[in-house]
Amino acid sequence: MISIKDLSLAFPGERGPTTVLQDFDLTIGRGEFVAVVGASGVGKSTLLRVIAGLVRPQSGSVVSDQGPTPGRRPYALVFQDSRMLPWRRVVKNVEFGLEGLGLPKAEKRRRALDALALVGLKDKADRWPHQLSGGQRQRVAIARALAVDPDLLMMDEPFGALDAITRQTLQDELVDLWQRTGKTILFVTHDIDEAVYLADRVVLLAGSPAGVRSEDQVTTPRPRRRDDAQARATAAAIRDRLSDYVEQGAGI
Amino acid sequence: MPKPSQSKRLLLAFAGVAAFLLLWEAVPWFGLVRPILLPPPSAIPETFWREVQSGAWHTAVLSSLGHYLWGLFLGSFLGVALGVLAGMSRSLEDFTSWVVRLLRPIPGLAWVPFAIIWFGVTPSAAIFIIVVGVFWINFFAALGAVQAVDRDLIELADAFGHRGPVAKLFKVILPASVSPIMAGLRTGLGQAWMAVVAAELFGVPGLGQRMMQASSLLATDIVVVYMITMAVLYGIIDSTFVAVRDRLLRWKA
Repeated sequence: MISIKDLSLAFPGERGPTTVLQDFDLTIGRGEFVAVVGASGVGKSTLLRVIAGLVRPQSGSVVSDQGPTPGRRPYALVFQDSRMLPWRRVVKNVEFGLEGLGLPKAEKRRRALDALALVGLKDKADRWPHQLSGGQRQRVAIARALAVDPDLLMMDEPFGALDAITRQTLQDELVDLWQRTGKTILFVTHDIDEAVYLADRVVLLAGSPAGVRSEDQVTTPRPRRRDDAQARATAAAIRDRLSDYVEQGAGI
Repeated sequence: MPKPSQSKRLLLAFAGVAAFLLLWEAVPWFGLVRPILLPPPSAIPETFWREVQSGAWHTAVLSSLGHYLWGLFLGSFLGVALGVLAGMSRSLEDFTSWVVRLLRPIPGLAWVPFAIIWFGVTPSAAIFIIVVGVFWINFFAALGAVQAVDRDLIELADAFGHRGPVAKLFKVILPASVSPIMAGLRTGLGQAWMAVVAAELFGVPGLGQRMMQASSLLATDIVVVYMITMAVLYGIIDSTFVAVRDRLLRWKA
């Protein structure tokens, strides 16, 4: 379980600090798939960076009940761009997060290859990143995050830069991967349909400063259909609420 | 498999060299210039053989190579190291910015008087001149390279637990900067040969000194022997460097 409590974050600016997040609370159960939706620039990415410890919040805490475990990292991120290190072969890119954990070389290699096998790219281990397609690189980025065996796998619009067909394929692969590994996932997107299709629960982040405005359980059984009526109704409801906030924010 | 045009291009290149040598040979042959001012290429092999037999060639080449390699190594290492540090630390860059602006435009050769005063007419003086010659090229290449490293990759290092400056340096910053740093090093390879000749002109034993001696005796054929020697040495060193570089950068598309 991951507990995020009373998270507040402000960035310094010329006219005093701008509060981005205020009193953000979210609890994510182990093995749960949670999606965070919100308008562009509302602070979704920032939220992930705070949880990952890349940005220090003014107040609040992020706690994982799994505690520190050797050979693992508590949080792992998948970015919108694959962020391959072009000078490393695919398998060495996957090993990136495993370095510095005091693991023997063979163990690192084994875990990297296992993670690559999970995303179906074990046979591409010795390629250079530039030899892969955009979708394959994004799979490698997912493998890199999985390799560190995180308590929470965070994904920041990971399929946003892909073409529609590749995006759908990767969405289905992600659900499959999640069911096989039992990982806890926090998935950020501005695509409400994507969130409803993938997640158990959809959290709406809105307002300025941003906070949790609503939470919707998506009870549609898996495997899901993209045109499921119940999911569509949920997405429509979230979309309505979101547009209310956007209008308020614009002062209309 | 060479394409058909490949052999044609090679043939043209050879033809170009032949034409150049022919023209060179013709100018003194037709008396346009006295051979003492421009020795014909046909006279060079014999002069070269005499230099080798007297032992002067070995001595000069070994001595110059020593200066070259030491100067190149020290200058490149210091330039890259300080450039990387200045690139990583904003305050260090600001701290050094005016000193850099002040020292940078002074040509390496302007340091000759100080080189002699500090080191005397010794190999160290020659090495010092070479170090100054290659330092700035590498300093600016490394500084620019480090500052141009993709911030997203730095963030990636942070996200995957490589948070200290040393971890970031070796996991991301240096590998991401290899290509432009290599370009700086390669420019230095050429620059250092110029500095070698200049540094030896004032009497430190080596190619430069031997050329000076020869020119004062109007033995222009000997001068040409060492000019060619330098060109060949540079060619060998540069192509070795390119081979190593291409191996290091084989991840590039």
